Amino acid sequence: MSEAVPPWAVVILPIALVSVAVVTVGFDAVLSAAAVRGRPGSLRELGFRAAAPLREVLRLLVQPSRRTTAADTALGRIGVVLVPVAAVLAGAVLPLGFRSLSDPTVGIVWFNAMEALAWAAVWLTGWGPNSALSLIGGYRFLAQGLAYELPHMFAITTAALGAESLQVGEVVAAQDGLWFAVWMPVAFFVYLLSAMAMSFWGPFGHPLGRDAAGGAAMELSGVDRLVFLGGRWLLMVVTAGVSVPLFLGGGHGPLLPAWAWTLVKTALVLAALVAGRRLLPTLRMERYTEFAWLVLVPATLLQALVVAVVVLNR
Amino acid sequence: MSLDLLLLLAAALFSIGLFGALTQQSIVMLMMGLELMLGGIIVGASAIWHYITPDTADGQVLVVLAVTVMAVEMAVGFAVVTALFRTREVDMTDMAAELRE
Amino acid sequence: MSEDIVFWVLAVLAVAAGVMVFRFDSMARATYALLLSLLCVGGEVLLLGLDYLGVVIVLMMTLEMAIMAVFMVMYMMNPAGLMPMSMLHNKKGAAVICVSVFAALASGVLLARWPARRGGPPTDPTMSLGMSLMGPQMLTMVTLGMALFATIVSTVVLATRRGRYDRFGDDLRTRPADDPVPGGGGR
Repeated sequence: MSEAVPPWAVVILPIALVSVAVVTVGFDAVLSAAAVRGRPGSLRELGFRAAAPLREVLRLLVQPSRRTTAADTALGRIGVVLVPVAAVLAGAVLPLGFRSLSDPTVGIVWFNAMEALAWAAVWLTGWGPNSALSLIGGYRFLAQGLAYELPHMFAITTAALGAESLQVGEVVAAQDGLWFAVWMPVAFFVYLLSAMAMSFWGPFGHPLGRDAAGGAAMELSGVDRLVFLGGRWLLMVVTAGVSVPLFLGGGHGPLLPAWAWTLVKTALVLAALVAGRRLLPTLRMERYTEFAWLVLVPATLLQALVVAVVVLNR
Repeated sequence: MSLDLLLLLAAALFSIGLFGALTQQSIVMLMMGLELMLGGIIVGASAIWHYITPDTADGQVLVVLAVTVMAVEMAVGFAVVTALFRTREVDMTDMAAELRE
Repeated sequence: MSEDIVFWVLAVLAVAAGVMVFRFDSMARATYALLLSLLCVGGEVLLLGLDYLGVVIVLMMTLEMAIMAVFMVMYMMNPAGLMPMSMLHNKKGAAVICVSVFAALASGVLLARWPARRGGPPTDPTMSLGMSLMGPQMLTMVTLGMALFATIVSTVVLATRRGRYDRFGDDLRTRPADDPVPGGGGR
């Protein structure tokens, strides 16, 4: 199903991911400002509010960096840089329409392996500055990882099972008629939860929680902070984007061209995630872990069983 | 890239891991040595698969086995260290050996 | 040609990182050096055409080392390596053993007459692995499954400090359980 892409797509991919992330951040900023200061009076004010994250980017670019004593700068830097790098690497299997940068036969496992780099990244970022609260943030993300990763793996395995292939292109092709989200609702729901969890954002923002003075990102300043927090948005965009080929039929849809359908669906998923942040309080991991292991794991396993039976009888 | 080179790499990783496992006093560091040895075994098994028996999946099964052993070794190892530490405040191999006395 | 370059880069990195595991003072650095070494191993496996196993090694090792770092920090007296110290024993004997093991293995590798390649790799090695595990190697798969299950049980038994009598009281009737940290399930 997938077609070859020109070599310059390697450059386009990060740029495209960053642009989608900037739009999402702007949307989120508008909603936040509306919640604090009421509805915007004019279109100009709306634009001003949407540009707030960009002003923050400029501020971070010129902010002098802050150092801590006996910091493990090398490991901390690796952790910070690893967040956007993992996001872009995971995005390599993300198809726009039916074309992705690369469509390996084990694309789904590749995506899973790359987003798992976030485990190392966040812990290293927390470890780097030699600061107790930031290390607590790193530990919180590992606990969160243990809670979300297992249901998440079962959810994406279910999608692969439905298509009888680990190749993202094949999974899209298998959804020509019926979207997987329709007959695998549990897996899709779990996937959306873990999309927020793996980008440690919204209700799963405990690793960067205010109660730990900013957690893993506490000591980050200047460009480091920009790369880390920007990378977090990239992770979210990529995980939201991958939900489209896995569960929402990829580029399939009437009238519009395939790439437009991908964009529309990605935008809807991102909007749902941004809304989810507003609807759910921050979850503490000792609570979510029990829910994940006692409810989500059996639920996703049952979902996989149902899908397996359907596939066998097809 | 040839079978010999890959097997030499496997042997090097195995020996480094063995050195770590033999010299380290701390149980957790000892386990890192074991992991490195298993890493060598993975390289060796996949090299044998690629260069000698690509027609059967036995080499691949051996890699799966090694990866599982890694996971089991780490989980049980940490559980043992935790249990030892809880009861005796011990986290070094030499001290654990002295427990017999 | 490019394959050779990738092989050498990965091999040198794997060995160098493997050596650094036991030379770093900082436990975090040692753990992540081991991760780097094992990621290079995964890269070599990918290079040999085993896509699935290579990516799975990358995935598993990342998760495993991230957890390992926690235990390293927990059980080492000097996790950040701020005060350099040596925690080695029997260095000379070990060095002799390891050099001779490497020499024996290397001479075996170089002297053995390896059989010629039988057939070519299948078009989809992942598929052949799955077919093998679910067919002729079913016994291996079942054994691995049982081993993993036994591991889960034994690690919990070994590591847990509180049993059900601690949680539910002597008559097992205390509800909700008396836990230091309440879980989300409300049990």
